[in-house]
Amino acid sequence: MKVAYWPGCVSRGFTPELHGSMAQVAPLLDIELVELDRANCCGAGVIAEHSQELADTLNARTFALAQQVPGADLMMNICSTCQGAQSECQERLDANAEYRGRVNETLKASGSPEYSEGVINKNFLWVLVEDIGLDHLKSLVKRPLTDLKVGPFYGCYIVRPTDRLGIDAENPRDTYLAQVIEALGGTVIDYAGSHKCCGFPIITMSKEASLKQAGTHLGDAVDAEADCLVTPCPLCHLNLDLQQPLAERAVGRELNMPVLHLPQLVGLALGLTPKEIGLQRHVVKATSVIDWSEAVVAGVGSGGDASGW
Amino acid sequence: MEFTLKIRRYNPESGEAPYWDEHTVELEPHRSVLEGILQAKATTDGSIGVRCSCRAAICGSCGVRINGQPGLACHTHLDSALAGSRDGVITVEPMGNMPVIRDLIVDMDAVHWKKIQRVTPWLINKEPIPEREYIVPRESMIDVTQTAACIQCGACVSDCLSMEVDPLFVGPAALAKAYRFVGDPRDAKHEQRLKDLTHDEHGIYACTHCFKCIEACPKGVAPMSQIMRLRRIAGEDHGINDRNNGHRHEQAFVSLVRDNGLLWEAELLPRSYGGDSWFGKFAPPAGLELVASLPAITTALLRRKVTITGALKPHKLPSADLASVKKIYDIVEGRDQRDELNLYITGTDADNAEHPVAATEGTPAP
Repeated sequence: MKVAYWPGCVSRGFTPELHGSMAQVAPLLDIELVELDRANCCGAGVIAEHSQELADTLNARTFALAQQVPGADLMMNICSTCQGAQSECQERLDANAEYRGRVNETLKASGSPEYSEGVINKNFLWVLVEDIGLDHLKSLVKRPLTDLKVGPFYGCYIVRPTDRLGIDAENPRDTYLAQVIEALGGTVIDYAGSHKCCGFPIITMSKEASLKQAGTHLGDAVDAEADCLVTPCPLCHLNLDLQQPLAERAVGRELNMPVLHLPQLVGLALGLTPKEIGLQRHVVKATSVIDWSEAVVAGVGSGGDASGW
Repeated sequence: MEFTLKIRRYNPESGEAPYWDEHTVELEPHRSVLEGILQAKATTDGSIGVRCSCRAAICGSCGVRINGQPGLACHTHLDSALAGSRDGVITVEPMGNMPVIRDLIVDMDAVHWKKIQRVTPWLINKEPIPEREYIVPRESMIDVTQTAACIQCGACVSDCLSMEVDPLFVGPAALAKAYRFVGDPRDAKHEQRLKDLTHDEHGIYACTHCFKCIEACPKGVAPMSQIMRLRRIAGEDHGINDRNNGHRHEQAFVSLVRDNGLLWEAELLPRSYGGDSWFGKFAPPAGLELVASLPAITTALLRRKVTITGALKPHKLPSADLASVKKIYDIVEGRDQRDELNLYITGTDADNAEHPVAATEGTPAP
């Protein structure tokens, strides 16, 4: 399939391993990525806090650029926060033709293409389940995540509000991470924090509370004996991985919990090496995951606790 | 049809730990979870503690957690609760973030009502008081109807993720109530209210933007959206700089995207602390924050997660696209009045196809 690909800002900034691993994984899944290299920042809810119309117009510009990609099946992002911020703007743009008309006037005056309602914008997680399909994904697995205990961490923006994000009985998108982990052969760890907030939005505003949030969820995952977490959100990754040394201080316990980006986890199961997916770039060394993958390659990982936990 | 309710029981005075018990009730599927609880109480165990009154989603007394999600027991059908359950058993627990008095009854006074009191929840008249009623524009009252729809059930407080780690956070219900008066043209103390809630470290900038309260509210009040409006009015209209660096963070974010088209995280952080200019990073608060963050920064550099050049040089859009972005900023920022579409008030085109209303209501900037 061919997608208009929106990587977001952070995957090209502080989490380069996310952008890199997506580029490695896409051909294995037969996804052709046409990068929207002219599109702008989604605003992450912060521009909307400043001016709703500004955020709506900037994202309408991105949607319009995606609609211009010839032959693309849909627009795909790799960031929960982009998904949530863009879905919020799309909800307003699609709901009201008069408002959309005013936004399009601004786009026209700025020399940008205009937006027609109904762009399909999906996070890589949704594409995996709804467009590639779990059965097909399973058939591509070269190195099943046997004995790897993975805790899902969704990020708020991709699970709430459910009506805006199209989460219902038919598309239980708030369970997709667990479904993907299972399809890749891993063990899903159920823990309290999987659908809670990582604390990132208030890291500069209420630091102690922010780090406590990250530390608490990481601690819950440790207590549930997870080997690692996986997230479709690079901002969650920043608070859970980059800030983990500080989160450890905030909750007063050692955590040492590796956090993987979703394309990294998929890449591991599809046969990529830890280095190819950039695991060495994480602040918390993904030792348990790397040991696991080496154990599997050496053919001794089938029994016992190969994860080292 | 038979439904199984698993109810969390707890009597703090007993000295015993909380426990779960199960009750099977016989009711039609469209009946409410509250009716299920009341049937169990009437037929099998009269000691179940539950608070309720109107049974019509008006009084806000029967807030509980059903299958882990907060809501009104009287407003949740048994069949939909069953659909959201695990293993066909509907779990009912007391709301979170508030102490349990008994079983499903929580102490609203200790948390919810205290926080409501915190925001001065009444109108402070503009002087001089007119001899007859105040005349206000219709649109401005429509604007506050969303927050006025709150029935004080506490569902949003129950699941607030900021309050979970910061019990002093003023919280979603109280902040929505604050907007009720900040958005009301008859109120005399808009600026004082906003200063109060921005100078409090646990005020409007302590919200973590997790959408939990929007999802929880049975009345569509969308407390988080109201908190964002309070921030917008405090920062943009009154120019208030809060103690949490919130307004500075927003200004830095907005201007970095204007200048680059994309976000430049390495520059955003120091500016959030030191102020929105290139010199912001040299301000003392930015320096202190840099020192505090050294453990994370050093590791990130060592692992080549972040490179020095990457941190010093922004990624930028091609110049033609950047010019388009700047033009969008100029047009939108140049308006006299905010164009703020609120779907709660306007409805969608699909909703209005039969009964058209004016499509948008601009929020007048003071």
